[in-house]
Amino acid sequence: PIRSVSVDLNNDASLLIDIPDALCERDKVKFTVHTKTTLSSFQKPEFSVPRQHEDFIWLHDTLVETEDYAGLIIPPAPPKPDFEGPREKMHKLGEGEATMTKEEYTKMKQELEAEYLAVFKKTVQVHEIFLQRLSSHPILNKDRNFQIFLEYDQDLSVRRKNAKEMFGGFFKNMVKSADEVLISGVKEVDDFFEQEKTFLLDYYSKIKDSTAKAEKMTRSHKNIADDYIRISATLNITMSFVSLQKVEGRVASDQELKLTELLRYYMRDIQAAKDLLYRRARALADYENSNKALDKARLKSKDIPQAEEHQQQCLQKFDKLSESGKKELTSFKGRRVVAFRKNLIEMAELEIKHAKVRSSIQLYYICFIMCTNELQYAWGICKILCEQI
Amino acid sequence: MFVLLCFQSGPASLTTEDLSTNANGPKQASLFDDDPDDLFAEATEEVSLDSPDRDVLLSDGPSPAITPMTPPTSVITPRIGHAHDDMFTHSSFDEVEEDGGDSFDIHISVSDPEKTSMSLFKLREFSVRRRFSDFLGLHSKLASKYLHIGYIVPPAPEKSIVGMTKVKVGKEDQSSNEFVEKRRSALERYLMRTVKHPILLKDPDVLQFLESSELPRAVSTQALSSAGLLRMVNKAADAVNKMTIKMNESDAWFEEKQQHFENLDVQLRKLHASVESLVLHRKELSMNMASFAKSAAMLGNSEDHTALSRALSQLAEVEEKIDQLQQDQANADFYFLSELLGDYVRLITAVKGVFDQRMKTWQKWQDSQMMLQKKREAEAKLQFNNKPDKLQQAKDEIKELEMKVQQGERDFEQISKTIRKEVGRFEKERVKDFKSTVIQYLETLLQTQQQMIKYWEAFLPEAKAIS
Repeated sequence: PIRSVSVDLNNDASLLIDIPDALCERDKVKFTVHTKTTLSSFQKPEFSVPRQHEDFIWLHDTLVETEDYAGLIIPPAPPKPDFEGPREKMHKLGEGEATMTKEEYTKMKQELEAEYLAVFKKTVQVHEIFLQRLSSHPILNKDRNFQIFLEYDQDLSVRRKNAKEMFGGFFKNMVKSADEVLISGVKEVDDFFEQEKTFLLDYYSKIKDSTAKAEKMTRSHKNIADDYIRISATLNITMSFVSLQKVEGRVASDQELKLTELLRYYMRDIQAAKDLLYRRARALADYENSNKALDKARLKSKDIPQAEEHQQQCLQKFDKLSESGKKELTSFKGRRVVAFRKNLIEMAELEIKHAKVRSSIQLYYICFIMCTNELQYAWGICKILCEQI
Repeated sequence: MFVLLCFQSGPASLTTEDLSTNANGPKQASLFDDDPDDLFAEATEEVSLDSPDRDVLLSDGPSPAITPMTPPTSVITPRIGHAHDDMFTHSSFDEVEEDGGDSFDIHISVSDPEKTSMSLFKLREFSVRRRFSDFLGLHSKLASKYLHIGYIVPPAPEKSIVGMTKVKVGKEDQSSNEFVEKRRSALERYLMRTVKHPILLKDPDVLQFLESSELPRAVSTQALSSAGLLRMVNKAADAVNKMTIKMNESDAWFEEKQQHFENLDVQLRKLHASVESLVLHRKELSMNMASFAKSAAMLGNSEDHTALSRALSQLAEVEEKIDQLQQDQANADFYFLSELLGDYVRLITAVKGVFDQRMKTWQKWQDSQMMLQKKREAEAKLQFNNKPDKLQQAKDEIKELEMKVQQGERDFEQISKTIRKEVGRFEKERVKDFKSTVIQYLETLLQTQQQMIKYWEAFLPEAKAIS
């Protein structure tokens, strides 16, 4: 499986995680999470557990809610497996079966099955990357809940319910509604963070837009591929148009894996970075408030020691967040640049490869039509052309 | 990696058809009668060409020897602008909207003027200017002369009130230019098909259309526009269906061919719909690419890593260039495939019309036979009742009817013969037409791919330069 989005994360032999297997039951996906480790904190050196998408979300949310990790970029949660697109198409196909030829129906069904498979592969990959981001992070990979997630061989649903009751998603909701305002409102003391703030806010809106536009492009490609299927089915010429369609369809899904997924992933990652900035801004606001409280206390000569201690705590928290945040954001930039580079190269190489395949097929078909009366001659040309790909 | 070909090629040599008509009709032992769906099946009849006048060729674009990469030279170029003002001063009293807004220049070149027996073509190359209504007028004349005797008269392009209004209003925008180009191309194809027909080429109306400097304004072009023709054909078809006497088709060839054209009709309509959908989706893709390119450019500007920023801008440029390619490709999709299919959907309607005409002719013949039978019975009765003067009248009527019956039979045989020839010619032309158009279309696809390769290969080092 190609790791389309991030650099190779599964490098450290002390903790290796992958999802070798997954089962799709009525749109509920069951992932097999497989761990190989040399760490003594785990009970066994190698083991596998079944996990659902909701378990991943639980893990992500508990990490976000953990105070100690406030200065870290928490890897974005994997999105819910979305089979809605192909499912709807399959439904439409079933309804329209009477109106199309058997050949057309078969071809469209095959195409849909390929789409299903692509969605499936994508969701496995995205869940895998989430875990690998955690395993490669020096602080997060020691998290207790992470270990439970990997190791606990029972159903996690009980824990999930308890967690929901405990946290109530409070922090998450707060972040969603207030972050932009708070981040931009706070007076920044540090140049580094000032720049990061400006950059991330702007970049986020741009990448969000690009992601949406890339998704539209992918859909258009898919529509064209479907048109070619219908054309080839009507023509009963099983050759070029079908191959063209196969390539066109494949392009749609390869391009999706490379470009759209890249953009989508980093959009979410940047949101996670913004969340970090928000938490730091919050801490700064708290610190400023504690200063004001201290001044007030001094004025009133009342509760000064408490106020001083509170102020110290706020300062410490803020400093810790700033220090950790700086490290995280710097390594984030590096990660992003490397991932973009890798994916842009791979995407360009795929485009070239597919364009070459398509032109060979077209040349081959041209020769064939021209020489329809002389099959052997045409076949000879076609063979020569095939060898040139 | 490649799909194996399940493709039937035509026979190595074309069989010559036996044109003698007998009651049972020659059965074409052809491999490909049972695959009517194969659009590229070679026509199985070779029509013996008895007319030496076929040497006159109006040269235009793709010659039968396929020369790839040369675009067809335009035979018809549109003339709008000042021509449109003086048309407008006439008010039109026709029921149909007078298409005063456009006239077209036709450039004609004759390949061998000496060989032709038609003295009219003295010049090698010349041009004439015709209005759109002139084309429609020509078609209506040809249809009224030739359809009922079994000739497949190519249908003229449709009128379009909406498009025409835009051009008249003088709107110089993208869509009205596209409309004019679409019309120009359609007229060119129509004219080419008409003059390729050996009989129609000799028709005085056609010659006048090609040659005279001024044509009298065509009256009531509404009469047999394409839509009008369709209505006429449908009415004829309805009339045939309503007949209580079903035609005894003694000739299996006709039965087969009618079925073949029915199937072809269905297939072509389906294809046409799919290709129209393809054109639409490709235009959408081009739009989406353009908007993505802009977005990627902005993302590149926002990016603070220099090399990555550069690469993203380059990506935006590549996508923009490819968007342009896709637009051009959509046009090719349209002009090559979609219009071809549209033309043939209409042509098949004309073919079906011709088969219906044959049935009408048969019906007429049958009717006169029945009348003859009745008259003979009446005559016998009169003889029995001994009425000498009425008897003579009856004998005269019978003589007349006998001649009518003979004529009816001759007409029927003639139209059947004509249709066989016509269908043979039509099928040959169709295969040639499809072949050459599909090849031209594939060439555009090929060109698009080659360009895309160039663009992406230029981008690759930029992506690799990100450090």
